Amino acid sequence: MRTIFKQLKQYKTAAALTPILTALEVLMEVLLPFITAVIIDEGLQKENLSVVYRYGILMVAMAGFSLFFGAMSGKYASRASSGLAANLRESMYEKIQTFSFSNMDKYSTAGLVTRMTTDVTNVQNAFQMVIRVAVRAPFMMIASMVMSFIINPSIAMIFLTAVIFLALIMVFLMKRTTGIFQQVFQKYDALNGTVQENINGIRVVKSYVREDYENQKFGKAADGLYRLFVKAEALVALNNPVMMLVVYACIIAVSWFGAHFIVSGTMTTGNITSLFSYVMSIMMSLMMLSMVFVMITMSFAGIRRISQILNEEPELHNKEQADLAVPDGSIDFNHVGFSYKKGAGKEALQDIDLHIRSGETIGIIGGTGSGKSSLVNLISRLYDVTSGNVCVGGKDVREYDMDALREQVAVVLQKNVLFSGTILSNLRWGKKDATEEECMEACRQAAADEFIERLPEGLNTRVEQGGANFSGGQKQRLCIARALLKKPKVLILDDSTSAVDTATDARIRECFRTKIPGTTKLIIAQRISSVQDADRILVLEDGRVNGFDTHENLLKTNNIYREIYESQQKAGGDFDQA
Amino acid sequence: MKRQKNQTAAPISTMGRVLRLMVGNYKFSFLMVVICILVGAVATMRGMLFVQSLVDDYIVPLLGQEKPDFSLLAKAISGILIFYLIGIAAAYGYNRIMVTISQGTMRRLRLDLFGKMESLPIRYFDTHAHGDVMSVYTNDVDTLRQLLSQSIPQIINSAATLVATFISLVVLSVPLTVITVAMAGVMLLVTTRLTGLSGKYFQLQQKNLGAVNGYIEEMLDGQRVVKVFCHEEEAVADFKKINEALRDSADKANCYSLLLMPINANIGNLSYVLCAVIGALLALHGAAGMTIGTIIAFLGLNKNFTQPITQISQQSNSVVMAMAGAQRVFDLLDEPAEEDNGYVELVNARENGDGSLEETAERTGIWAWKHPHSDGSLTFTRLQGEVVMDDVDFGYDETKMVLHNIKLYAEPGQKLAFVGTTGAGKTTITNLINRFYDIQDGKIRYDGININKIKKPDLRRSLGVVLQETNLFTGTVMDNIRYGKLDATDEECIAAAKLANADSFIRRLPDGYQTMLTGNGSSLSQGQRQLIAIARAAVADPPVLILDEATSSIDTRTEKLVQDGMDALMKGRTTFVIAHRLSTIQNADCIMVMDQGRIIERGSHDELIAKKGRYYQLYTGKAA
Repeated sequence: MRTIFKQLKQYKTAAALTPILTALEVLMEVLLPFITAVIIDEGLQKENLSVVYRYGILMVAMAGFSLFFGAMSGKYASRASSGLAANLRESMYEKIQTFSFSNMDKYSTAGLVTRMTTDVTNVQNAFQMVIRVAVRAPFMMIASMVMSFIINPSIAMIFLTAVIFLALIMVFLMKRTTGIFQQVFQKYDALNGTVQENINGIRVVKSYVREDYENQKFGKAADGLYRLFVKAEALVALNNPVMMLVVYACIIAVSWFGAHFIVSGTMTTGNITSLFSYVMSIMMSLMMLSMVFVMITMSFAGIRRISQILNEEPELHNKEQADLAVPDGSIDFNHVGFSYKKGAGKEALQDIDLHIRSGETIGIIGGTGSGKSSLVNLISRLYDVTSGNVCVGGKDVREYDMDALREQVAVVLQKNVLFSGTILSNLRWGKKDATEEECMEACRQAAADEFIERLPEGLNTRVEQGGANFSGGQKQRLCIARALLKKPKVLILDDSTSAVDTATDARIRECFRTKIPGTTKLIIAQRISSVQDADRILVLEDGRVNGFDTHENLLKTNNIYREIYESQQKAGGDFDQA
Repeated sequence: MKRQKNQTAAPISTMGRVLRLMVGNYKFSFLMVVICILVGAVATMRGMLFVQSLVDDYIVPLLGQEKPDFSLLAKAISGILIFYLIGIAAAYGYNRIMVTISQGTMRRLRLDLFGKMESLPIRYFDTHAHGDVMSVYTNDVDTLRQLLSQSIPQIINSAATLVATFISLVVLSVPLTVITVAMAGVMLLVTTRLTGLSGKYFQLQQKNLGAVNGYIEEMLDGQRVVKVFCHEEEAVADFKKINEALRDSADKANCYSLLLMPINANIGNLSYVLCAVIGALLALHGAAGMTIGTIIAFLGLNKNFTQPITQISQQSNSVVMAMAGAQRVFDLLDEPAEEDNGYVELVNARENGDGSLEETAERTGIWAWKHPHSDGSLTFTRLQGEVVMDDVDFGYDETKMVLHNIKLYAEPGQKLAFVGTTGAGKTTITNLINRFYDIQDGKIRYDGININKIKKPDLRRSLGVVLQETNLFTGTVMDNIRYGKLDATDEECIAAAKLANADSFIRRLPDGYQTMLTGNGSSLSQGQRQLIAIARAAVADPPVLILDEATSSIDTRTEKLVQDGMDALMKGRTTFVIAHRLSTIQNADCIMVMDQGRIIERGSHDELIAKKGRYYQLYTGKAA
């Protein structure tokens, strides 16, 4: 809760003004019945037209004030709530920007998007409701209660009992319903999950002619949901009648006891009409309060999810007075151990001890889960080691400023993306002020020039979201070009040419050799052909170094390497091409 | 594009359809609701009138009496008690019945939507973003639920109060009623203007929300890239801009809609004053039969008249918003379902002594195509798996053909492979055999029968498909394999898993075959999911297979398993393979090299290598 309120920032005034203005509006509303009572008692009853005029004008004036206060409170409420929502979105977004990879691993993109849209909208609505109604309802209730006590304490006691009775019933109903509603939402999620699966897997459903089967499955789930919904809403349907019951009981009590009081002379006739309107506003306020309460509880889940992001601690920090310059591209792993979950879980890497000279080309081979990606992710400090240390340019990576380190260590990620914009705008991620010529040169080095030149608009061709208008191989080459523009001291390709055909793949490696000989290159690949001409090849198995030598030597000494080589030799070709 | 068009569709006709849907299945219940509301309104009216007359009729006469006799009042109260009880019963009645109606309607709607979705052609899913379809279920159905269970009952309720009050007003005083109605008219006018204004901004808000949604989705998807390129500051700067636009439109939209309540309430106050003054004037001049008592009673009801109008206007906003959602729901419901004009069926057959086939109810393991002819005769053709394509042209839209003059002939048991670059049309061909799409020109024959004549379910049952992108369903591993053949025994499923090479890894899972899979089997690797998909196809045991090979995301060792699994599955079946790796196709009977929708080379591996054409180039990575 506090996390959320802190986000009000520049909208604090608006948020504070809203309840004050609402209170003034309520004050006008509470006073208006007095004026109408005067109009009736003094004006109409006594046939005094001037009183009717005077108080009529007063009432119009007060209506004007009430309108003014109401409108202003609405205005500030809307400003405060929409401002809060905007601040929440922005703060979350900024926070996510500070996340390290290990923070990101905890959340899915869809989960984050929901937090920033649906959850925020719910909080916005609840907040708007709270700052207006949460003031209005209790204020109204207390004012009416006080007025009742002034008029007749005995009857007011009846009201008080009624309020407590009604409140108890409402709490009971609410408890019961929220329990059921929780089940409802679980079922609802499951139901939507089924729909999602069917949309994504529609080809499978249709291929196996399982439409009827899926319909039955869905029907069963929908029936279950229906029953739960009815159960919950049937309880909700009790609210209104119960409220009516209490109100009517109060009216009858007022009529009966009021009559006695009037006859015995302890109350006037005018008082009884006032009591009727107070009983109504007391009960209405209680109803409103319960609505606010429901809204708050409903937004709790969202608040929790938002706070989770805002309170998440980025796991990696820059050292104070961090180094800004990376001297060269040498890489050293000194007895490195690493696991994704600190302290628990299987170690992704164990006792890695490697020393790579600046300018070397290193190939990395190994099965899924052997730790290839984990290994290279440590170099640009996307994660921190669990034990040992990783050095770039002879210095522990934790000594460097993270931005400075990543400027010099370029990674082409396995799961890579292009952003909507143009080819040029995407390439300039690598270097903000790169000229078109520089970009084209990078594309040539990444063998992306041939297809870019064929595009009518060349570098200015539009890129759709996620690069959907480019083939896998084209995307991979653009991502490589983007990394090359950084002119890094270390270049890491994490399985980045898997969708590029063998010939182009060879061309890219040739370019690396001739154009950027000084850059240390680490190439992760599935295909032996992608790494066999590297200076040395690292074979990983279950998070350990299994072999680290040249192609020829590995063929002689390393079983795993030989096995992979042979299986690809007899069936090595790959037709997937850009 | 489509969404925008929908938003302009007439909300009134949509509303009509929502009501028809609601009332249609619950005619009697709905009648009960209306009766309950009317009875409730009358009872409430009676209660109000009692309160008005309490002082004059029951209390004032008692004043000054020596021994006041409260029995008359007691009688009146017990009389009114009955009305109150009726009112409460009516209120509970309609609230409770509405639950059944609205939830029942929602269930019906969900079932209809899902059933319709299952019946839509693949084209629909290829041309609509999955997120948009999903949003119909989540967002649109949900707004509709709120409309049905909250807005509509409240509007009906308010309308009933309005009518009941109006009648009482007219009875009390016509001239004052005119004033009250005139003020209500002003109120309505202001309301429509304001809702129009806020509606405009609400739409803008939705648009901006969409923009924010799209932006963060894209950026967060690429968050790792943002980090690697130290692009955080730029990303925040861009976000701030669209976030501010959203804030601004949300502020305006809410501001206008929040104005509504105070404005309406105070127009109500104005109406009250006007009636008081004019009523007093009339009474003093003795015009229009006006008395003080009437004015007081009238003023009491005046508030009751304006309140429901405020309520209706408040609800009308959410109704308009819900209509856009309802329209999208109906759009999906109105999509034309996949058509099936086939009449040739796949049936169990028994071989007679003379070699002819005959339909039989028992499971023989022999399948035949039952082909009724126009002269009323029936022929049976044994299901073998022969596929012929004759001069097939195809385009996803009529004007742009993506496949040209495709000719191929697959004998039962043969293996045909397609190779070529991305976008050459390999996957498209397989979409045609099972009629996910219909061809524009030429003919495709299955066992000599034009596939257009075969019933689609039967055609698809005779084809097994393993797609590159594996989709598994929530359920156990066993459930997922059994998906291929719903009545398969556990033993059959395990046998299929063994054939597909999936058995060993499944047994190593925490609960073996009973391991629950969720989120498309996200706990498994890509290769393992593919193995389950192969097992699923194996248990279906179709004579013809279509395999779209998995690509690079599988590591070499798992790939070997997948490969062996596929090889085992292919034995004895006509197979179409979209090949990415050479090993799959070296032993293919015929390899077709595709380029820009045409088959440019065909032949066995050795023939094609010898030819030194495109295949040779692809295979060796060298220009010939």
